[in-house]
Amino acid sequence: MSDMRSVFAETASALLDEDPLAAVVLAEISVDMFGKAAARHPDRVLNVGIREQLMVSVGGGLALAGMRPIVHTYAPFLVERAYEQVKLDLGHQDAHAVLVSIGASYDGARSGRTHQAPEDVALLESVPGFSVVVPGHPAEVEALLCGAVGALDAGSTYLRLSTEANLEARPVSASLQVVRSGRRAVVVAVGPMLSPVLEAVADLDVTVAYATTVRPFDAAGLRAAEAGSGAVVLVEPYLAGTSSHAVASALTSRPHRLLSLGVPLGELRRYGTPAEHAAFHGLDAAGIRRSVTGFLGLTS
Amino acid sequence: MGLRGVGRAADARGAACGQAGGMRSYAELPGLMTQMTGDEKHGPSATSTLDVLWVLYDQVLRVSPDTVDDPGRDRFLLSKGHGPAAYYAVLAAKEFIPESWLAGFGSAGSRLGYHPDRSLVPGVEIASGSLGHGLPIGVGVAHGLLARGLRGLGDPAPRVYVLVGDAELDEGSNSEAIVYAGAVGLPNLTVVAVDNQSSTYGWGPGGIEAHFAVGGWSTVRVSGRDHEALASAFRVTAAGATSAGPQLVVATVEGEE
Repeated sequence: MSDMRSVFAETASALLDEDPLAAVVLAEISVDMFGKAAARHPDRVLNVGIREQLMVSVGGGLALAGMRPIVHTYAPFLVERAYEQVKLDLGHQDAHAVLVSIGASYDGARSGRTHQAPEDVALLESVPGFSVVVPGHPAEVEALLCGAVGALDAGSTYLRLSTEANLEARPVSASLQVVRSGRRAVVVAVGPMLSPVLEAVADLDVTVAYATTVRPFDAAGLRAAEAGSGAVVLVEPYLAGTSSHAVASALTSRPHRLLSLGVPLGELRRYGTPAEHAAFHGLDAAGIRRSVTGFLGLTS
Repeated sequence: MGLRGVGRAADARGAACGQAGGMRSYAELPGLMTQMTGDEKHGPSATSTLDVLWVLYDQVLRVSPDTVDDPGRDRFLLSKGHGPAAYYAVLAAKEFIPESWLAGFGSAGSRLGYHPDRSLVPGVEIASGSLGHGLPIGVGVAHGLLARGLRGLGDPAPRVYVLVGDAELDEGSNSEAIVYAGAVGLPNLTVVAVDNQSSTYGWGPGGIEAHFAVGGWSTVRVSGRDHEALASAFRVTAAGATSAGPQLVVATVEGEE
């Protein structure tokens, strides 16, 4: 099975073949994966060099000229380094693009803090008009990318790819999908958090709901899944609490408790593997289980 | 409440024709500008661009109130969004917006702010204000027009003109765009840098143009008050569009002192 990044490059290359208005803007990262596409479409596969501000601005300019741009690099350089370009050259101009990141929160565990961006979703959700989509499996990427490009008339999308993936793909949906049902709580697992969540709560009486589209947040779906249990656990692969306000808004009229799991704010200053970082952050199955059983007052 | 959907371009033209009876002349621009008050902080910034803007809209740009949405129009991007009074005056003189809009400049009910918003003003291609965004966006627009293979109004391919200030070039995002556009030889991009010597550290003995020329741009410096010289410089840049890379016109104007 290809990884998410490879599926992205293959799908974007196919989109370039099919859609004369599609364009890909790169800043050196993944250029080798677009070699054939660039040979076929030299005017629509643009590598601006190591210039991420320009990369995002060019995406905005392409959109203003009537193109459908896909803009891609590592998450910290795409979202954090070029944040004002995202805010102004896409958001404020009302120019739409699909931003596709790799690296997620701690794919680059060995690379250190410079290559990690767990704050990306919190930043992107602060730009009006952006949808945020977090695939959980490589097989979900094609449909999600095509959907995002197809929705460009309506708005921009941030597609957040990771080397972390669930054991199995699920059908793609913008809605919360109930994976299993229980009575004590609803556990919302975002993207690649589904497999560790299912392992963590295997013998617990809880509902598990899977989300790939986190902005807009499926408030109605959460209300249906919560079903009066009064307890919600949010498990996000990025900054802890990023979607807490969305859960709070969805459940304004219902008494409820909320546990928000994710990457804690802070400097870890550790290298290692993504699996080790998941454990450091309490986002492996054992860590999630500890948190959920504590939250529900169960003995683990 | 937002202003979207109120006073569209069609209304704007009707109002302007009703009250003014045709296009205005250069001599009438100061009168239009005095209708906008309150942004005196940006006064030097506003008047520095007046002649360049007039020449562009009067003689160079293939865009009119009727073609602001035509894919083949020339694009003018005011990157230096500070002090837009001259810009609004020219847009009013050329009937992109009604003269009656000018008096409300900067007020809650006005479409005309201290920095322009493309969503609010017919004919305005980008919202600007934060410096260093227009040229990088212009690179993307130029690429997009080339990729679409569009014919321009009056046939030659549409061209992108970006106005920057000399101090605006302090912003590093411009350097990214200058080196890249020169390296790939974007043929349909003209930058006009209005140089009123306001950059604190300046651009050295070779001036602004040295920094573009080393990147492969064609450059020319003219007086930013000489309409004939400006028009001639823009004609040369447009004529060279198929054979050369991007073009820089430095328009020298008096300093702020």
